[in-house]
Amino acid sequence: MQSTANVFPSNARRALADERLQSVLGMVDGFNGKRARAVDRLPEFEMLRDQARDIKNHTLQHLDHYLERFETRVTEAGGQVHWCRTAEEARQAVLGICRAVGATTVTKGKSMVTEEIALNRFLEQNGLVPVETDLGEYIIQLRQEAPSHIIAPAVHLSARDVEQTFRSHHGDLPDDRPLTEARDLVNEARTMLRQRFLEADVGITGANFLIAETGSTVIVTNEGNGDLTQVLPRVHVVVASLEKVVPTLEDATTILRLLARSATGQEFSTYTTFSTGPRRAGDADGPEAFHVVLLDNGRSALLGTELQEVLRCIRCGACMNHCPIYSNLGGHAYGWVYPGPIGAVLTPALLGVAEAHHLPNASTFCGRCESVCPMRIPLPRLMRHFRERAFRERLPPAQARWALRAWAWVTRRPRLYRLATGVAIGALGWLGRRRGRFRRFPMAGGWTAYRDLPAPQGETFMARWHRERGHDRRA
Amino acid sequence: MTGARDQMLGSIRAALGRGPLDPSAQAACDERLTMHRRNLVPARGRLDMAALVDGFTANAIEQAATVERLAGPEGIPAAVADFLARHNLPAAIRVAPDPALAGVSWSDRPTVTVSQGSARDSDTTGVTAAFAGVAETGTLVLTSGPAQPTTLNFLPENHVVVLWSEQIVGAYEDAWDRLRAHGVAIGTAAAGMPRTVNFITGPSRTGDIEQKIQLGAHGPRRLHILLVESDPDGALG
Ligand code: SF4
Repeated sequence: MQSTANVFPSNARRALADERLQSVLGMVDGFNGKRARAVDRLPEFEMLRDQARDIKNHTLQHLDHYLERFETRVTEAGGQVHWCRTAEEARQAVLGICRAVGATTVTKGKSMVTEEIALNRFLEQNGLVPVETDLGEYIIQLRQEAPSHIIAPAVHLSARDVEQTFRSHHGDLPDDRPLTEARDLVNEARTMLRQRFLEADVGITGANFLIAETGSTVIVTNEGNGDLTQVLPRVHVVVASLEKVVPTLEDATTILRLLARSATGQEFSTYTTFSTGPRRAGDADGPEAFHVVLLDNGRSALLGTELQEVLRCIRCGACMNHCPIYSNLGGHAYGWVYPGPIGAVLTPALLGVAEAHHLPNASTFCGRCESVCPMRIPLPRLMRHFRERAFRERLPPAQARWALRAWAWVTRRPRLYRLATGVAIGALGWLGRRRGRFRRFPMAGGWTAYRDLPAPQGETFMARWHRERGHDRRA
Repeated sequence: MTGARDQMLGSIRAALGRGPLDPSAQAACDERLTMHRRNLVPARGRLDMAALVDGFTANAIEQAATVERLAGPEGIPAAVADFLARHNLPAAIRVAPDPALAGVSWSDRPTVTVSQGSARDSDTTGVTAAFAGVAETGTLVLTSGPAQPTTLNFLPENHVVVLWSEQIVGAYEDAWDRLRAHGVAIGTAAAGMPRTVNFITGPSRTGDIEQKIQLGAHGPRRLHILLVESDPDGALG
């Protein structure tokens, strides 16, 4: 997918000014309440987070070994692993598999990695018909949009929007059919996609896990579309990035206990499916061939660095659900496949800091993302890592860099800092004494455009701390 | 693509600042792969059998499945016929040719048309047998095989699953152990893994439109579990 992360500020302004988008975002009550309840109901949740982190850390430390073992098991079960360094190699591998069986229609389960490698467009250019079957993905495929959330791709659309999309694309259906309720929309998509499932030659899914012990790939869904995608066609292709591997079924199970609870607040997703090789001799159904396209695309270079931690991500979406910036912008403003806090780290990690240096600034550093991340990824710290790198590489505008440098110079000199802030706060308190706030403020017009700046009360925090603590001691 | 494979493994090792793992580290990893050590198993999956059966039932119902408890397998044909009638469904079922269902005397309900095999587009109700039921979340475990078509779990709009009470376990890990033991018994490859293992928790659903949950997105709209008291003699099937 073509990135527009480098124009994030204008993307963000556009998102804020988009009334349709803002009304949909305002309507979303989100998964957060459900997540909190699900977490409360599992007393072991915090310990499971620690174990999940440790499982992934161990796996990443021995990634080469577990990938080799995974490949051995896939091969034993009659499947094939395709090692792909780049998006281009992965696209070619998928195309090669499709061509070899003379495929025309290709059904797809939801997969962020296939968004990352822009697989659909490539297959279309090569004469194939890729059909997204997850409801959200199907909707945005019709609209030729990108997903705006990693687990709820059409969360930026209202039922009205979906109705309009279906009316304009499902031209064969009667115009006067009822289509206002979510129920009607789901049923219509179900009917439209049924035939596609049955006629597909190849089914492509992603993977939530790869299991080294057994050579299994795992998908987690609620709709059942991923299962129809992989059980009906002759060929099942799994596209997965290399950090998805875990050692054993037990390890996957531990992380699965966190995934649905963190993502949607469900106790467990409806369908968790473990696929191992093609159908066995005598099996009643299932694909005749099984391929795993294993993608690196810049991930191996993150190992051994501070950024290795981001490879623990299980793409649950909790960080974006809890992010005040994401909640106000939606996902498209981030400009690439992965929005929200995980995107603010993963995008510069994979596309480079020159392309994506704005994204790590899309944070208030409130820390909610880290506090809910089931894999305990220190997202704010990793964003800070990229802010520092952007500064070193002189990516922010000269004015901002100069201001930061001046700020750093002052803050490293405590006496000067105290004096300067004391004077400034005193002056501001005096200037704002009548109204108690400022409507406009020099050099902070962007900030005061949306709110007033409260006038300080004439004293710095440090000064007050000293005064009150001193007072306490005397008491 | 050997070149790409070696380069990917090479860049992983280079980034980790080492060559291939030394033999002792390899052995430690391989031991982990064969020992099936459990991580923390939540307390709710470690209860006595009666509590597990109750927990399974309550959790499955919470996930929008329906559960009907039967004293014995003789009750299955009537329960299925009642289910069809209750929901006004065509009186035809597609049944897995599973030995576990071989003893069910469908002829007790001659009004229901019974056929066996993989699911076809026209089938409205599928009937299958489970491999296990996991109490901690009310999850069914179904496995594929010559007599266990996976399509029956997804294609028909209604899914009836027969689960014997002795098949209920506490945690997912218990189901893995049973599956491994079963694999050894029948001598399958890949550590006992059949082509497909489905963990199924309630009927199909989606929240993709305004995050309102709708049942029956692509898979079954209804999931009806017939929880049968285990046959003490194991006479069935
Ligand atoms: S970073 Fe953490 S919270 Fe965000 S998607 Fe990944 S695992 Fe979930």
